[in-house]
Parts: sequence; structure tokens; C-alpha cells
Amino acid sequence: MTNLNLAVAASLNVNAAAAGQATAAAKITARNLNFYYDGFHALKNIHMDIPEKRVTAIIGPSGCGKSTLLRIFNRIYSIYPKLEARGEVMLDGENVLDPHYPLNRLRSKVGMVFQKPVPFPMSIYDNIAYGIKHYEKLSRADMDIRVEQALRQAAIWDEAKDKLKGSALGLSGGQQQRLCIARAIALRPEVILFDEPTSALDPIATGKIEQLVEELKKDFTIAIVTHNMQQAARCSDFTAFMYLGELIEFGETETMFTRPSKQQTEDYITGRFG
Amino acid sequence: MSAIAEKLYRRRRLKNSIALVMASAATLFGLFWLVWILWTTLVNGIGALKPELFYQMTPPPGEDGGLANAFFGSMLMSILAILMGTPVGILAGTFLAEYARRSYLGEAIRFINDILLSAPSIVLGLFVYTLVVRPMGHFSGFAGAITLALIVLPVVVRTTDEMLKLVPSQMREAALSLGVPQWKVTVQVLYRSALPGIVTGILLALARISGETAPLLFTALNNQFWSHDLSGPLASVPVVVFQYAMSPYDTWHELAWAGAFMVTVFVLCISLIARAIIARRKVAND
Amino acid sequence: MSTDQALPASALAAHNDNTARRAESDRRADNAFRYLVTGAGLFVLLALAGAAFSMLWGGKLAFSTFGISFLTTTDWDAVGHKFGALVPIYGTLVTALIAMLIAVPVSFGIALFLTEVAPPWLRTPVASAIELLAGIPSIIYGMWGLFVFVPVMSSTVIPFLNKYLGPLPILGPLFQGPPLGIGMLTAGIVLAIMVIPFISSVMREVFLTVPTRLKESAYALGSTTWEVSWNVVLPYTRSAVIGGVFLGLGRALGETMAVTFVLGNAHHLTASLLMPGNSIAATIANEFSEADSEIYQSSLVALGFLLFIVTFVVLAIAKLMLMRLNRNEGAK
Ligand SMILES: Nc1ncnc2c1ncn2[C@@H]1O[C@H](COP(=O)(O)OP(=O)(O)OP(=O)(O)O)[C@@H](O)[C@H]1O
Ligand SMILES: [Mg+2]
Repeated sequence: MTNLNLAVAASLNVNAAAAGQATAAAKITARNLNFYYDGFHALKNIHMDIPEKRVTAIIGPSGCGKSTLLRIFNRIYSIYPKLEARGEVMLDGENVLDPHYPLNRLRSKVGMVFQKPVPFPMSIYDNIAYGIKHYEKLSRADMDIRVEQALRQAAIWDEAKDKLKGSALGLSGGQQQRLCIARAIALRPEVILFDEPTSALDPIATGKIEQLVEELKKDFTIAIVTHNMQQAARCSDFTAFMYLGELIEFGETETMFTRPSKQQTEDYITGRFG
Repeated sequence: MSAIAEKLYRRRRLKNSIALVMASAATLFGLFWLVWILWTTLVNGIGALKPELFYQMTPPPGEDGGLANAFFGSMLMSILAILMGTPVGILAGTFLAEYARRSYLGEAIRFINDILLSAPSIVLGLFVYTLVVRPMGHFSGFAGAITLALIVLPVVVRTTDEMLKLVPSQMREAALSLGVPQWKVTVQVLYRSALPGIVTGILLALARISGETAPLLFTALNNQFWSHDLSGPLASVPVVVFQYAMSPYDTWHELAWAGAFMVTVFVLCISLIARAIIARRKVAND
Repeated sequence: MSTDQALPASALAAHNDNTARRAESDRRADNAFRYLVTGAGLFVLLALAGAAFSMLWGGKLAFSTFGISFLTTTDWDAVGHKFGALVPIYGTLVTALIAMLIAVPVSFGIALFLTEVAPPWLRTPVASAIELLAGIPSIIYGMWGLFVFVPVMSSTVIPFLNKYLGPLPILGPLFQGPPLGIGMLTAGIVLAIMVIPFISSVMREVFLTVPTRLKESAYALGSTTWEVSWNVVLPYTRSAVIGGVFLGLGRALGETMAVTFVLGNAHHLTASLLMPGNSIAATIANEFSEADSEIYQSSLVALGFLLFIVTFVVLAIAKLMLMRLNRNEGAK
């Protein structure tokens, strides 16, 4: 396998998975993906498949381009000037990098949860309802149901149900992060991107979020960036290892963590990285 | 050798002590005048306070009266000025913070805005005179309000710009990644997050215009009677204070002190409230 | 956790359709908002440019009638329609100069006191008090000057100056004159009191930007507080301190009410600081509403234009100087 090029390796892995589990088709497909920060070449020729309804972990040393990659999938990078992505990112067969691809459609399909929880300065209820209101005119009762559903799914309903009208800023860090997850879920996206969602949280809150990710993959395709090897091993089905803007290896998590095919991957995973 | 070092050391210590004493003396000196001015205003102002101030009109020389028409005129023009200056200011501040953060146009506007912020207000009065009063052919409360709005504008632009810049960029990203368009994110999320700061800016602007005198002298002028007609001359507290203080009549002087006192108390209260809002926000952020 | 997440296919299609339709209206609304805020931003430029041009236009008649002599002559004759602005220009510069001579060292001392000298528990309250006082309307300073300070000047200060400074060579003539109380010296002092809170607040903020480690390393080498302030804090903040001073100067030049009360509105050029004089702003404030001829009014507007240009330059310098510090900080 080491002789094959990475794209093939990646798709082989997916196919292997698909053979085992019928649903694991590629949801997002990156081809020839390059990214530039005002001239700085941050991602180099990435080929990668994110399998549907699976958890894909993206690991690699700091600065290798994990966040950059994730932020291309919902084109959030485009709010800043002078950033440029070249290549193809197919979502359900359509290239989302095409300027004609409607941004709000993309973002309603691909939700994102950030490293630092950023609740909006409004009530818990309104935090969840905010995105929904933009897309759908719901009756009060329907909205209540949607909000409750999202909060339940993000496993924060029990803690929040008595203070739905209270400010979201009054929640603890871990609760805020689950609220942000609920906010992303509430739009019923198909993909959820997590960028180091637990790095600002204590172990207990981290455990809750990991459990949640496990639950969510029933319904969503998930990509999660993490610096925590155990976390990647615990809660992902596939793992991508990146280094200096390149995708070094992609495979099933179990394989990656037990028999990585590249020396670099092994060094990184075992903590022997220079 | 060590004797020289010792001497040098003592010289340095002495110089230091002198400097520190001078710095403390400068502070006492500065505070002395300010306390004196505040004290004069308080004593004379409280002495001149009476209920008639609030329901009688400004009197002719030698007669008793109040400042009711001036209070009302000031209120009217200030409210109007805030209503005109604030929306434009918030939008321009939004442009600077959200749409032109690193562009040349943004830098130029920020630069000019800061100059407008400290430009002599009398100049703005002349501007509005040529723009409004001259074409209309007469002084008007409306012209006064426009002048004050031009003073409100740069204050609000600046605070909005600064407060929006303090909103973490993750907040924008989080809201935009829900697929909500930028204008909605700005109005519904970012403004809300920056609201305490923007309100503070508006309050500071209000404090500033409530004592403005010079630019009203040739825009709103003055009016001895009760008037709510914005198209005609309108009284305002600062202008009345100016006119009465410069006069030779004791009854007028007394009214001037009462007006000065009211303006000072109002300005100090507004500034204190503004500070309290900012302080609370800081605590909330921690 | 097993709530019905999967939507029926028809609902999903409707949902997609809906978002597609939204895309267009969102884009249009976004563009409209962008135009709106850009317009508001341009309005700020327009306001300043408008002020400049309207005054240039209003002062055109005076400039074309009197030419350069508008700046160099002292006549101010409303009946004979002859106007020269030398007296107000001179008064503006002199009062501002007096104000800065007093205010700058005092403000520096206050800023030093509030950042290095005072015990920490005292710093914030005093700084807040001074900032609050900076917001007091200038008309209050003017009234205090007229009713309280002018009598003090005429009864004690001026006789004192006459007696001790009057006989001096060279400087003497500045301090000779009748004890009227009103005049350029009084105006300069009132202006100084007014800009002190302002300049010291700016300086204090500027001093606070000096990184603690810079100061600590100097203290670690055994420097005294004064040496740290003079050799570390001041060089680090020099341009911004100058910026703060120019900001104060801009204020002093354009201030109207604080000086109008105590200047005396006299159009004579005198060497003595104790004699009544005039300033640009005070002349405009005093005379504009009674200017009865076209040329009279135009001359006043022309004065306003001069004031505008001078303060613009001063404030622009201030801004550039202050921006330098920000750049330093950014590079850090
Ligand atoms: N706004 C930017 N402008 C210029 N270069 C950037 C910018 N953001 C990131 N980079 C560069 O792009 C590269 C990839 O950054 P990225 O944030 O994707 O790394 P990362 O893998 O997410 O790191 P971390 O684990 O620390 O979050 C880095 O070398 C970084 O310096
Ligand atoms: Mg990252």
C-alpha cells in the first residue's frame, strides 16, 4: 500500500470500509485541494474522502493545516480577504468551491463547532432558534419542539430546560460547548465539523462531548480535528494524519493506530515526533 | 572610589525624590483648580435652585423667571441630534469594523473621523450655518440639532468601531457558519454583543452635546419664550447661560449659575452611568 | 436520543428548495447593507470636506477683498468694512501657547503620578475623577473664570506680576498693564486648567502601554522611579506623548466658551498679556449673530476657515504621532 498514491490509498480504505458497512460512502471528497494564505501555501494537493455517517479524525502537529482543511469544507475562510482555495471539494457530487454554489445552502448542510465555545449573547432558547428562524417560518410550538430536540440530542436538555430564557453566557464552558453543538444540530445539517472541540474543557466535559460525538454519528457525517491521540482512537472510525500541509496517511482508525504504514505517522502517534 | 559612588547614589536618590514630589504636587495642582471650579458651580448653583426654574420661562432683565423653555429646547435638540447622529454613526462604525478593517478607505475614514472628533465645535456651527441657516433665511432649532448631530456622529462612529473590533472573530464565524447572511449576523449578533459599548458611546455623546454652546449661537440662536417649533429659533440651556452670565444683571447671573449647575450635574451623571456600564461589561467578560 | 431525526423526503426537498430561494434574497440584502454602511462611512468624509468647503466658500469674499492683508493687518472695522485678522490670530496662538506651557508639565506630572508614583489603591479613583472632570462643559470653565478667577487675577495676581515681573528686561512688557483681570494671560490659564485633565488622561493611557517587563528590567538594574520614567517610559512613548500634547493643543486652539468669557473681545494688538485681546473662536462667537454686512460675515467665516485649517493640521499631526505607538505595539 505504501507504493500507491495517497488518493488511492484513501479510497481503498473507504472501499474496504464500505465493503464491511454498506452506508460508508464518501460524503465529502477533496481532490487536488490547495490552499493559500495570501501567497503562503498552507495545503498541498490534498486528496481525501470523508465517509458518510462516520467519524473522521484529523490529526497532526500544530500548524500542519488541520483547521485550514476543515474551514474549507464550509467555506468559512471566505469571510477573510486574500485567502484562496484551489481544486475540488465535492459534497454530494457538487463542487462547493464553485463560486456559484450558494453559501448558505453549503452552510446549512455543513455545520461547524469551534475550539472555544461562542454562545451568542442571547438566551439559550434563542441561540438554538436563531439559525432555524433564518431558514424556516415555524410556529411557536414547532419551534419549541425543534429547540428541545436539538438540546436533547446535544445532551444538554436536562441542564438547560429550566433556564431556556436565561442568558447562554451563564452556562459553564462544557455546557456552552454542548450548546454550540446543539445550535449546529438544530439546522439539521448533514455534516458537522469539529475543530478541537474539547481542548478548552476539563476531562469530565470532554468525556461528555466524546460520548455525544459517538451518538451523533448515527445521523451525521463528522469530521473532528484533535490533538488528543486517545480521543482520536476512542471516538473516530477513520483517521487522517497531516504534516506540513500534506495528507500523509488516511485509513481506518484501528489500522492507523496499530499498524500505520508510514514512519511519520507512527512517530507522531507514539509521541516520538521531532 | 566608594565615596564617589556613595555620593552619586545619593544624588540620584535626591533627584528621584524631587521628581516624585513634583509629580505629586502637579496632581494636587491640577485637582485643586478642578475642585475649585466644581465647588464654585455647586455652591452658586445650589443657591440659585428653585422650583420656578422648571416651569417659568427665561425672564427679561430684572424680573424673576426660570429656565423651562431652555431645558425643553435643549432636550428637544439633544434627542433629535442623537436620533440623527446615532444611526449614521453606528452604520459608519460598522463599515470601519466589519467591511473595511484593513482597507485604505477604512483607514482614511478612521483618520478623518478622529479629526472630526476633536475639531472645534464652533467650526461645525459655521458649517451648518452656511448649509442650513443661510438657505432657510433664519435660525432654527433644526439647524441646532444638525450641528449637535455632527458632534454626536464621530463619537458614535469611534465607539461602534472599537466595540465591534472587540467582538471575538469566532462569534462572526460561528454565526456565519450557520448560513445566516452577514448583515443579519451584524445586526442581530454582533450589535447585541457590542451593545453595552455602543450605548456607552451614545451616552458620552449626549454628555458632550448637552454642554455645547458655541455652535448653537448661530444655528438655533435663542428664544425667550416657550417653543417647540423646530423651524424657528430655539432656546437651549448653554446659550442662555452664556447670554445671562455675560449680562450685567444679578438675577440673570443667578439663573446662569442654576443652568450651569444643572448641566454639570447632568453631564457628570451621564458619564458615571456610562462608566458603570463599561465596568459591568468588563466584569461580565472575565 | 432516538428522536425522529430523519425527515420525510418531501420535507427535505422543501427545505432545500427554501434555502435555494433564500440564497438570492440574502445576497441582495447583504449587498444593500454593504452599500448602506459604505454610504455612512463616506458620509463622515463628506461631513469634514463639506465643513472645509462651505467655510472656504463663505470666506471667499473676505479672502478676495483683503488678500494676504487679511492675515497681516489689525483693523477690525465693522462700519468701514475693513477687516484684518492679525489680532484674533495672535490671541489664539498666544493663549494656546500659555495654556500649553502650563498644562504640559503639569499633565506629565499627573500622568507620572498616576502610573508610577501613587500607591495603587489611589491610582484608579484619581484617574477616574480626572477623566470625569475632562467631560465638564467648557462653558463652566468660562463662567468660573469670569466670576471667580478674574477678580482674583485683578486683586492679587496682576499687581504681583506688575511689581515683580514688570520691571524685567525683555519679558517685562508682557506683564505690564492695568489690573483688569480679563486678558490673554487669564484666558491662557483657564485654557490650561481645561486641557490638563484631557492631556493627562491621554498621557496616562500612553504610559500604561509600556510593557511591564521593560520597566521591571530597569528597576532590577537599580534604577530609581524617576530614571525609569525618564529613560524607559518616556523614550518608549515619545511620539504618543507628543501626539497627546498636540491633541491638547488642538483643543486649546479651537476652544470657544472658556476663553470668550475672559478675553475681553478687544481688537487691539498689545504686547502685554494683561490686556484684553481676542481669539478666532471668541471673535466668531461674539460677533457672528450681529454681523450685519456681507463682508463682515464673510470675514468671520474666513476666520473659521483659518481655525479649521490650523486645527486640522495640529490634529493630523497628533493622530499620526499616536498611531506610531500603536504600530510599535503591533510589532511587539
Ligand atoms: N490567517 C492566516 N494567515 C496566514 N497564515 C496562516 C493563517 N492561518 C493559518 N496560517 C498558517 O497556515 C498553516 C496551517 O494553519 P492551521 O491553523 O490550519 O494549523 P492547525 O493544523 O490547525 O494547527 P493547530 O493544531 O495549532 O490548530 C500554519 O503554518 C499557519 O501558520
Ligand atoms: Mg487549528
